[in-house]
Amino acid sequence: MKGQQIYQQVAFLGLRLSTLIIISVLGLIIWFLGKRGVSALSWEFLTQAPRNGMTEGGIFPALIGTLCLTLGAIIFALPLGVFAAIYLTEYAKQGRLVRIIRLGINNLAGVPSVVFGLFGLAMFVEYLRFGSSILSGSLTLGILILPTIIRASEEALLAIPQTFREASLALGASRWHTIYKAVLPAASPGILTGAILGIGRAAGETAPIIFTAACFYTPRLPHSIFDQVMALPFHLYVLATEGTHFEKTLPLQYGTALVLLGLVLGINLIAVVIRTRLRRKMRW
Amino acid sequence: MANNTKIVVENLNFYYGNDKALKDVSMLIQENKITALIGPSGCGKSTFLRVLNRMNDLIHGTRLEGKVLIDGHDIYSNTTDVVELRKRVGMVFQKSNPFPKSIFDNVAYGSRAHGIRDKTRLTNIVEESLKKAALWDEVKDKLKQPAMDLSGGQQQRLCIARALAINPEIILMDEPASALDPISTAKIEELIRILKEKYTIVIVTHNMQQAARVSDYTGFFLLGELIEFSDTNKIFTSPQDRRTEEYITGRFG
Repeated sequence: MKGQQIYQQVAFLGLRLSTLIIISVLGLIIWFLGKRGVSALSWEFLTQAPRNGMTEGGIFPALIGTLCLTLGAIIFALPLGVFAAIYLTEYAKQGRLVRIIRLGINNLAGVPSVVFGLFGLAMFVEYLRFGSSILSGSLTLGILILPTIIRASEEALLAIPQTFREASLALGASRWHTIYKAVLPAASPGILTGAILGIGRAAGETAPIIFTAACFYTPRLPHSIFDQVMALPFHLYVLATEGTHFEKTLPLQYGTALVLLGLVLGINLIAVVIRTRLRRKMRW
Repeated sequence: MANNTKIVVENLNFYYGNDKALKDVSMLIQENKITALIGPSGCGKSTFLRVLNRMNDLIHGTRLEGKVLIDGHDIYSNTTDVVELRKRVGMVFQKSNPFPKSIFDNVAYGSRAHGIRDKTRLTNIVEESLKKAALWDEVKDKLKQPAMDLSGGQQQRLCIARALAINPEIILMDEPASALDPISTAKIEELIRILKEKYTIVIVTHNMQQAARVSDYTGFFLLGELIEFSDTNKIFTSPQDRRTEEYITGRFG
């Protein structure tokens, strides 16, 4: 008996330790960035364009650029991903074909982001002649986050009890109506989780946008989806590696990182709030 | 009131893959009467019920031989629209399954699925259905609240209201009170008795006393066969088949 008790204590200690380590890592990152970058943060920083060889001014155009690219990626990937998940779980006959498709999606999730960038360059920038633009970047990022959204949506749909579908069909509703009005709303919190993960990734990826959308500097904000944009991760990369005034821009780099982090956390927070309210309304 | 035959089942054989779940079942179900199906677990009565609104179509590998006619029309013919069929044949399940939506949206779900958008019409349908299901007084002030907040008995009555709202002709009930306490069960049985004036009801129950209390006709299933089918009174007072008698007197099942 005593042996079991000790064993349990050790196991729980291990679990607590793991949780602590994970939270500490997050805390460390925020603290590290904060200490070095908080000095650069100001209203000016957020609302003005960089000046003087990037050593002064702000990151406003990069902020706008990242917002555009992330929004574009989600607009492309979310409907497509959700419909793909609906097809795979509700309509397709579960057999070899579906297994192969799922294998393909899982492999897509493992493709390195720089390879996506290259694909985007070849496909959207050059072959389809969209050029380096918000459009190319959004599409590339969209494909990048597609597997995440499909997987999360599939899980969410599969978790819906069959009795909901049965109840709906027994009332004389069509299969599509059943999915659209009974299953999908109940699955929306889970789907939203996938969207959250996707947004976070799309906002922060650097390699895909280097080839397809981002530019070092542009004097004005984008006017159309065919324009190039500045973007936060790329801006950070540029400042840290190619900037001519590395020392002077150090705080700006950390500041950029903080803003990027803050942006992603902010969007996540909004999505989590929405999801919590949905969950409360739709508990089962 | 003259007896009209609403549903005709002729030589029904039903297969789950290679497993023959229903063997040569024939039955006539009368309009505006309550027909109860009894039998031990696994005897096929739920399968039979689900044949009547083609809910078994949802399961892979099922096969059917024989005829099932509702108002003279074969519901398994190629020309049958299953969605239309299920508008006429409603179902209440064993475990209540309200949608994770508001009470109003639950009852209005079927009507909305059939294209009714007008708010006034929907409100009237919801109120009428909840009244028919003897639930209106308990929920009239909280129609926008989640249906999941209701008690088990209330949820089941909600499901009955939801089924009534689409105005079916036939209502199939699969052990509707088996998960409920005695008081809720009594309420539902009372409800079923009132409903038969307007609807044809087929109810599966493992509770023999319930079948005796509530139904006009009773069918006894055993291992996929319909052993006996007749007036409820006759079956319980003088069953013809020895197996029926043994089941009713509690020898098995």
